[in-house]
Amino acid sequence: MEKQWYTISVYSENHVGLLNRISGIFLKRHINIESLNVSKSEIDGVSKFTIVVHTTEDWTRKIVGQIEKQIEVIKAYYHTDDETIYQESALFKVASHLLFDERQIQNIIKESKSQIVTVNREFFVLAKTGRRHEIDEMYEALEPYGIMQFVRSGRITVTKATMPISEILEEFQEN
Amino acid sequence: METLKAQKKDSKDQKTIRITGAEAIIHCLLAEGVDLIYGYPGGAIMPVYDELYKFQDRLTHILTRHEQGATHAAQGYARVTGRVGVAMATSGPGATNLVTGLADAQIDSTPMVCITGQVTRSLLGSDAFQETDIVGISTPVTKWNYQITRVEEIPEILAKAFYIARSGRPGPVLVDITKNAQFDELDFVYEKCTKVRSYKPVPKPEAGSLEKAAELINSAKKPFIVFGQGVILGEAEAELKAFVEKTGIPAAWTILGLSAMDTDHPLNVGMVGMHGNYGPNLLTNECDVLIAIGMRFDDRVTGNLDTYAKQAKIIHFEIDPAEVNKNVKVDVAVLGNSKETLSDILPLVKENDHKDWKAEFDKMYQIEFDTLIKNDIHPTKEGLTMGEVIEQINIASEQKAVIVSDVGQHQMIACRYAKFKQSKSNITSGGLGTMGFGLPAAIGAKMGAMDREVVAIIGDGGYQMTIQELGVIFQHNVPVKIVVLNNDHLGMVRQWQELFFDRRYASTVMTNPDFVKIAEGYHIKSRRVTERGDLQDAVEEMMASKDPYFLEVKVEKEDNVFPMIPSGASVSDIRLK
Repeated sequence: MEKQWYTISVYSENHVGLLNRISGIFLKRHINIESLNVSKSEIDGVSKFTIVVHTTEDWTRKIVGQIEKQIEVIKAYYHTDDETIYQESALFKVASHLLFDERQIQNIIKESKSQIVTVNREFFVLAKTGRRHEIDEMYEALEPYGIMQFVRSGRITVTKATMPISEILEEFQEN
Repeated sequence: METLKAQKKDSKDQKTIRITGAEAIIHCLLAEGVDLIYGYPGGAIMPVYDELYKFQDRLTHILTRHEQGATHAAQGYARVTGRVGVAMATSGPGATNLVTGLADAQIDSTPMVCITGQVTRSLLGSDAFQETDIVGISTPVTKWNYQITRVEEIPEILAKAFYIARSGRPGPVLVDITKNAQFDELDFVYEKCTKVRSYKPVPKPEAGSLEKAAELINSAKKPFIVFGQGVILGEAEAELKAFVEKTGIPAAWTILGLSAMDTDHPLNVGMVGMHGNYGPNLLTNECDVLIAIGMRFDDRVTGNLDTYAKQAKIIHFEIDPAEVNKNVKVDVAVLGNSKETLSDILPLVKENDHKDWKAEFDKMYQIEFDTLIKNDIHPTKEGLTMGEVIEQINIASEQKAVIVSDVGQHQMIACRYAKFKQSKSNITSGGLGTMGFGLPAAIGAKMGAMDREVVAIIGDGGYQMTIQELGVIFQHNVPVKIVVLNNDHLGMVRQWQELFFDRRYASTVMTNPDFVKIAEGYHIKSRRVTERGDLQDAVEEMMASKDPYFLEVKVEKEDNVFPMIPSGASVSDIRLK
C-alpha cells in the first residue's frame, strides 16, 4: 500500500499522561510523528490532538483503532490532505541591518505575505502562516541572508466535511 | 474528572468517615469485594501495610517472595475466578518488578489492579530514594494507569481502576499512590464506578452484521469455528456450546480458549496454532467460512498471514474494535460481548450437520494419532515423555483439575493433551510467553479455587525463574500440586536450535540442582520419578495428597514437540515430524 500524508485528530479528556500513551502507540510501531499539536477543541474541557504521519492507510487505520481504545480518548479520526483545510505557522528571526542592506529581503516579505511581528535595532521577526511548502519556500529564500532563529508549529486542521464528532460530543456532554 | 466531581456533590448526604488515605485504600478494596491480595512491603507503601495489619481478619495479604510472583499469583487468581486480581508493591524496584506481570496481563486480557507506593509528593522528580516513574514505565503495558498525589483522589480513582480492569476487554490497571496521600486524611465515602464518559467498554454490533454473519454460516459447506479466551472472559461457554451444537460446525481453540468447551465434545476438534492439532491447522486453509470467536489472530495461531485462510469468508465475533482487521481482513465483524452476540445469532442460524466435513477432521486426527499422539501418551521407547505424564494426570484427576502451565515444550504438551470438563481450568501465559509464570500463578489459582485440584506443570527452566515462591506454598500450606517435567534443557529453544540452527545448543543445557531436596527444604512432600513403572503410582499419590506436593519427572532430554508450523510458515506447512 502506498504511503501518504494523514492527519489524525484525537478528541480526548485533558489528562496527564495521555500524550505519553498516544505517542507510545506510534513508537511501538516505529512510525514517526511528523507534527503534533495539542489544543482545546470546540467543546469545553475536551482536548484535541492533531497528529501528522506519513504512512499507509492500513497503518493509519490500525493506529487510530489503538488510540481510540485508550480510556480517556473520546473519538479519533484520520483524514487525507484533500479532506482537510490545514495550516502551519512559522517564525523567522533575521538581523535588522539586512532590511536596509539587502533590497531582496523586502521583496521576500511582500511575496511571502508574511507579517513583521516586531523590529528592534538587532533583529526583526517575521510570522508566516500557510502550508508546509510555502514556509519551506520562504525559508529557502531567506536562508542565504542568514536566519538567526527559525521555528515552525505543528499542523492544525479542520475538516471540509461536517465532523460527526459534534453529535458524539453533545451526547458526551449530557453524560 | 467532571463527572466524578458531580457524583461527589450528589453523594454529600451519604455518611462520610474521617480516615487516612492508607485506611481508605483498604476500605476501597473491601468495597470491591477483595479479600485476598498478593504483595511485598517497602518504604513507600508502609502506611498501607500498617492498615493491612489492622484489617487482617477481613483482607488476607500473601507475602510473595518477589513482586513478579505477586502479579502472576493475582493473574492466576483472576483467571480461575473471573474476578479482579490485586497485587501491591512499594516504589522503585518493587514497582519495576511488577512490569512483567503487567505486560502478561495486558496481552492476555487479565483483570488485575496493581497498587504501588510512591515517594511523597514533594519529592517527585528529585530522584529520591526508591523513586521511579512507574506510571511512565507501565504505560505501554497497562489498560490504564494513574498517579494519586492527593488523598481526596483515592476513592474515585480506585473505583475507576476496578471498573476499567474488569469491564469490556479486561486488562491490568496500575495505581501509583504517593506516601503523603497515604498519610493524609480525607472524608471517605465510596461509590462504585459504573461509567467513564470517554470509555465504551462493550461496542454494539453494527446494524445487519448478525444477519450477514448468519447468512454466511447458513450457506457454508465447510464452516469452521476457532474460539479464544473471549468466550471465557465473556462467560459465553453455554452460548458457544448451543451455537456449535445447533450448527454442527467443528470448533477448534486457541490455547487461551482451551477449557471453554469440553475437550471431549464430539465437535471439539482440538487446538490451532504452531503446536496445535494437524486437522484444525490444515483445514483452516480448506474451510469456506471461518468463524473466529473472541480470538485475535495471533501470529502463533495464523502462521504466515499471506497464506492464512485466503479461500474463506471470515466472520469475527470480537469485543475490541481495534482487533478487527488488525491481522486478518474479515468479511463480517460482529462487535460486542460474545455472550450476547452468540445468543442473538442463535435463532438466525439453521440447524445443520456437517458430517462429511467433520469426518475430514476425524481422518486428520487419526493420522496425527498414529504418527504422533500414540507415541506421546502411550510411548514404548525407554525414556519418559511429557505427554504420558499429562495423560496420567488426566486419569488421576478425572479431568477435573485446573492445569496451570509455564512456558515452553511442557506448556504445549499440557495444552495438547490435558482434558477439561469445566471452563477457566487452563491457565497459562499465552501472549507474552512468560517463563516463571507457572508456580506463582498456580498459587493464585489454588487460592481462588480451594475446592478444586490445581496442578502446575512446569519445565526445569521456568521453575527456577520463580522457584522462591515455594516459600509461599510452605508458609501458607497452599495445597498446589507441582509437577516439574525435567529434561535438563531449555527444551523449546533447544528444539529450535536442533531444527533451525544446526544443533548448536547455545546456552540451553542446564545443570540442575536436586529439585526434590529444594522442595524438602521448604518441607513440601516430594518425589522423583525416573522410570515409567513408578509414574502412575506417583501421580496417584500426588493427587491423593491433601498437602502441597512436588513431583519431579525426569523425561527424555531431547524430545521435540510436534506437530509444528515453523515460524513464518503457512498453516498448510504443518509438520508431523
